[in-house]
Amino acid sequence: MSKAFAFINDKRVRDVFYQAALLIGLVALLVYFIRNASQNMVQAGIASGFDFLWRTSGIEVPFVLTNYTQSDNILALFWAGVANTMLVTVIALVLSTALGFLIGIARLSSIWLVQAIAGAYVEFVRNIPLLFFVLFWYFGVIAALPAPRESLSVFGVAFLNNRGLTIPLPDAGANFKVAFVAIAISCLLHWLFLRWARRRKEATGQDAPVLRVGLVLLLLVPVLALAWATLATRWDIPVLRGFNYRGGFVVIPEFVALLAALVTYTAGFIAEIVRGGIQSVPHGQIEASSALGLKPGQTLRLVTIPQALRVMTPPMTNQYLNVLKNSSFGAAIAYPDVVSLFMGSALNNTGQAIEIIAMTLAVYLVIGLAVSAFMNWYNARIALVTR
Amino acid sequence: MSAASALPTSWRERLFGSPTITVVTLLLAALIAWIAVPIIRWALIDATWSGQTRNDCTGTGACWVFIKARFGQFMYGFYPIEERWRPNLAGILFALSGAAIVFAPKRLKLGLGLAALVILPPLGIWLLGGGFGLRAVETREWGGLMLTVFISIYASLIAIPLGILLALGRQSELKVVKLIAVLFIEFWRGVPIIAVIFLASLLLPLIMPAGIGVDRLARAVIGLGFCIAAYMAEAVRGGLQALPKGQREAATALGLSYWKATWFIILPQALRISLPAITNEFIALVKNTTLVLVVSILDLLGIAQASLADPNWVGMNMEAYVFSGGIYWLICFALSRWSRSMETKRGR
Repeated sequence: MSKAFAFINDKRVRDVFYQAALLIGLVALLVYFIRNASQNMVQAGIASGFDFLWRTSGIEVPFVLTNYTQSDNILALFWAGVANTMLVTVIALVLSTALGFLIGIARLSSIWLVQAIAGAYVEFVRNIPLLFFVLFWYFGVIAALPAPRESLSVFGVAFLNNRGLTIPLPDAGANFKVAFVAIAISCLLHWLFLRWARRRKEATGQDAPVLRVGLVLLLLVPVLALAWATLATRWDIPVLRGFNYRGGFVVIPEFVALLAALVTYTAGFIAEIVRGGIQSVPHGQIEASSALGLKPGQTLRLVTIPQALRVMTPPMTNQYLNVLKNSSFGAAIAYPDVVSLFMGSALNNTGQAIEIIAMTLAVYLVIGLAVSAFMNWYNARIALVTR
Repeated sequence: MSAASALPTSWRERLFGSPTITVVTLLLAALIAWIAVPIIRWALIDATWSGQTRNDCTGTGACWVFIKARFGQFMYGFYPIEERWRPNLAGILFALSGAAIVFAPKRLKLGLGLAALVILPPLGIWLLGGGFGLRAVETREWGGLMLTVFISIYASLIAIPLGILLALGRQSELKVVKLIAVLFIEFWRGVPIIAVIFLASLLLPLIMPAGIGVDRLARAVIGLGFCIAAYMAEAVRGGLQALPKGQREAATALGLSYWKATWFIILPQALRISLPAITNEFIALVKNTTLVLVVSILDLLGIAQASLADPNWVGMNMEAYVFSGGIYWLICFALSRWSRSMETKRGR
């Protein structure tokens, strides 16, 4: 081969060539798809663009948190769906974390039967599809609940029946706003107090009454504030009139079923993460801390939990994002989340497939990226500091 | 802290080792009995096992007659009864070739595996779908457990090779390749699978030239395959990262090209390490096949759900759910046990 062509044996030249070829190939494929799509859309008489968002939606939604009504535009429908997705996700996160921790710790119990039951639960839940649980709770459990007349009463104020869960609603929210402001202020005070206590301890070695102040600021103040708000507010308590309950707020059965399915399913996965996290702390750590004179409570708080958390954070992030994504399983039982309202109903009415799919996926990607960014920041904060 | 290993070995110690343990054990045993006795009565003692119709179920227990009457549908969906030998044959062929590959002598394994990979998938589609001498059976008639297995296998035929390529791309030194792989993986991992199935069923016909239709089932399989590929890529990446850097450096020093080093040195070791993780992703795939329900393809769970609407069999919800859920549990439990045994074998 002549010298002029020697450059084709240069690795750098080849690398650039391969990458350019791959990129050109992908772009060509994309252009081909987009051309087909635009031709097909012209044939079907669909105008592309986001103008459809300002059309009147006309879709009735059985469960809204926003002020959406049928006569609002499609953009409002989109936000109503996002709000419903967020509602079920956040509540499912809290409940499944609590249940998951409970089961995960039970798997490490020193009592054999407790361990066995927790283990059986985890093995049962992890090997069955989530959609199965959603359908089972909806068509198997909620549908089998009694009719409103024979509702299961929860202390005479909330009622569970096959049309959902009817809960009391405050007539006015003003007192609760005051209570939440008070709780926020006491949390801030607690944070400031902890900072002051740590600085003083580092400077003078004196202990501050952290536990007692914490109990007052984080437990007593919120409980008192909420109790005051509850008692000072007039409640609209549901009452049986004819065949159904009047008053209060009806949590639709789809929400109850989806929430129950998400919590029971996710708890099995969180339990395994918790167990793995606690087991990853070497026994020597606990022995060493008791040799240093730490009390069992201090050992747990200062040695075991920080190290277990470090192991648990990345898989927990994944699990939390899974809950967000799995909340879309509600579409199978027509829970009005963003997938079922926007990708289902709105798409059927308008036919704007590409725009609607892009917006729906963007919801999940944006929230996912935000959560990942936050967890990465948190993870970096609690990570082991090495060289 | 790892109390799990610190349990006493004798059963008496485990159940009644101390007063506290005894009390808790007795309380929990009472609770279990309280929950389990009605379930066992319903499922076994009071259940009806023989008969033909709804009217034979007079007891208060489960009506297993319903499952017996609809067993064919649970397995094959609406596949024509006289053609059901075809999915059976396809299943036997897949199982036999799987066994042949596992038990073949080592030097034949790779060849046999590649041959099976080339021959079996088209053969399976021909057997199930018909044409070329067999009666054509449209995919809308497929269903039940057969469809669950079909979707799982064919989606992983897309997902595993694509996932391996993506994992290699993510480890690549070529910036553009790496960027494309990362974007692809993070995109598909960030969106819900249910939305992906909607997306595939809406977009695939749209981006194809006019006149070329994509089969409804094929859309769902492609959507699932792409989505699972992103998860597979992360499973394979674990194996790739576990390999010491020296392996590739040594292969390069011996004069092997990138692809030769990858094929002969890197992948055999990396895939063996990540096999448990890949199996776990496969279990997730089996569980996620149920989502094809939203585009009205009736797999095992879909058939169970559809059978609830039969006016001849009103109120069979529990029977249908227990049966279909039990099958999913058995499949996934067996796979996860297998994956765990591989893990412990490697750990030793």
